Amino acid sequence: MRLEVDIQSKSYTSANGKRQQVISGIAFTLERGELGVVVGPSGCGKSTMMRILAGLDADYDGRVSQPAGARLAMVFQEPRLLPWRSVEDNVRLAAPEVTEERLTAIFGVLELEGHRNHFPGELSLGLARRVALARAFAVEPDFLILDEPLASLDDALAAKLREEIATLVASRPMITLLVTHSMDDAVRLGDRIFLLSSRPARLLHAVPISVPRAQRSDATVAALKADLARRDFSMS
Amino acid sequence: MLRLLSFALLLATWWVAATIAGSAKLPPPSAVLAVAIAEAKSGALFLHLGATLARVALAFTLSMAIGSALGFWMGRSRIANRLGDPWLILLLNLPALVVIVLAYIWAGLTEVAAIAAIAINKLPTAVVTLREGARALDPSLDEMAQVFAFPRGRILRHVLLPQLAPYIAAAARSGLSLVWKIVLVAELLGRPNGIGFEIGVAFQLFDIPLLLAYSLSFAAVVLVIEALLVQPFEQRASRWRLRAA
Repeated sequence: MRLEVDIQSKSYTSANGKRQQVISGIAFTLERGELGVVVGPSGCGKSTMMRILAGLDADYDGRVSQPAGARLAMVFQEPRLLPWRSVEDNVRLAAPEVTEERLTAIFGVLELEGHRNHFPGELSLGLARRVALARAFAVEPDFLILDEPLASLDDALAAKLREEIATLVASRPMITLLVTHSMDDAVRLGDRIFLLSSRPARLLHAVPISVPRAQRSDATVAALKADLARRDFSMS
Repeated sequence: MLRLLSFALLLATWWVAATIAGSAKLPPPSAVLAVAIAEAKSGALFLHLGATLARVALAFTLSMAIGSALGFWMGRSRIANRLGDPWLILLLNLPALVVIVLAYIWAGLTEVAAIAAIAINKLPTAVVTLREGARALDPSLDEMAQVFAFPRGRILRHVLLPQLAPYIAAAARSGLSLVWKIVLVAELLGRPNGIGFEIGVAFQLFDIPLLLAYSLSFAAVVLVIEALLVQPFEQRASRWRLRAA
């Protein structure tokens, strides 16, 4: 099971009638069990790319072969919860097969236990993001897309959730794609890092990280970050 | 409490007006109440009320169901909207009387003609309201449902209907008040029973207490249905909004 991505070009017509090219060439493959991290400047087309990979946008040149029959889960940039359903119902609607035991475990990890019966409108953005994560985790996906799931969370919580994402990824052989602004998240979580150019997005580098995730010390992380910064700099 | 006070004020005004105008033109509340009680005792009031309510229920259900489906479709599909729009504008601006008279001419003075005519009158407003509702649907939730592979039934029940509920409630509210008005005209013109028929009789006999007795009984029923059915539905539909505030 693998994900093969070859997006040659993606453009759209903006409100003023001009054709805007968003992506000008992104190709990579991702194996089962791998976590790819997509890093690129703000507004470069990362979210557009994720929408294509999630099958939400078919209007592009190229080919994306999703693993057949793969169960997809996605954490969008905004939580995208159903405001008229409780936190628990939001998760259960996306993951009807989830057991009470697993749900309790996920809510425990994300510290949502006390919010089960709240409506999304009663939650802070940070909490709502955690519900969106819980929903994606509960699905037990084969292909997980995380579009900046840790943005706008405080550092302590972000670090904790990063650990949880790492645990989940290790617990199931799935394909994971994470979009982030944070080099720190990228080198701590990624098996491979895809550096994108500014708009129209082009794949600059695909950097594999050979050190296993669990063994990445702060020193390793710092060295990897320095290495990435150098590559980034040399291209721009 | 404030409502009761307002109602009492209305009764008092009526009483004073009746005293000034004289009971030939405007009978006092007590006279109207006496007629209403007599009609209720003979069973005629309930017979006519029942006939009218049955027509309202049928025509309302029919037009809400068809109107909601059409409106939703027109809001979601540009082609459907282009195709349906001229019809919609025609129906919206067609006077109720024209529809009723034509229905009676083409389908005879039958129950089917009456109900169809009432339903057709209400249909376009339901279409317009639900079309707005369908246009206002949040595409980001559609995408969420698509990503998580929600089956159709779950999308309808948990994603679409909660978003459409305020529009359905609005269509029901405005549609019901329209149906209340039109049903009497349809009955007056071509049915042998119902509140509209009785009002027609009272008009011909210039029997103002009878006319008022039927009109006000009808209005009371409308108020009760509004308070017991329509308003609770609206509140339930926006329960999550209230809690969020």
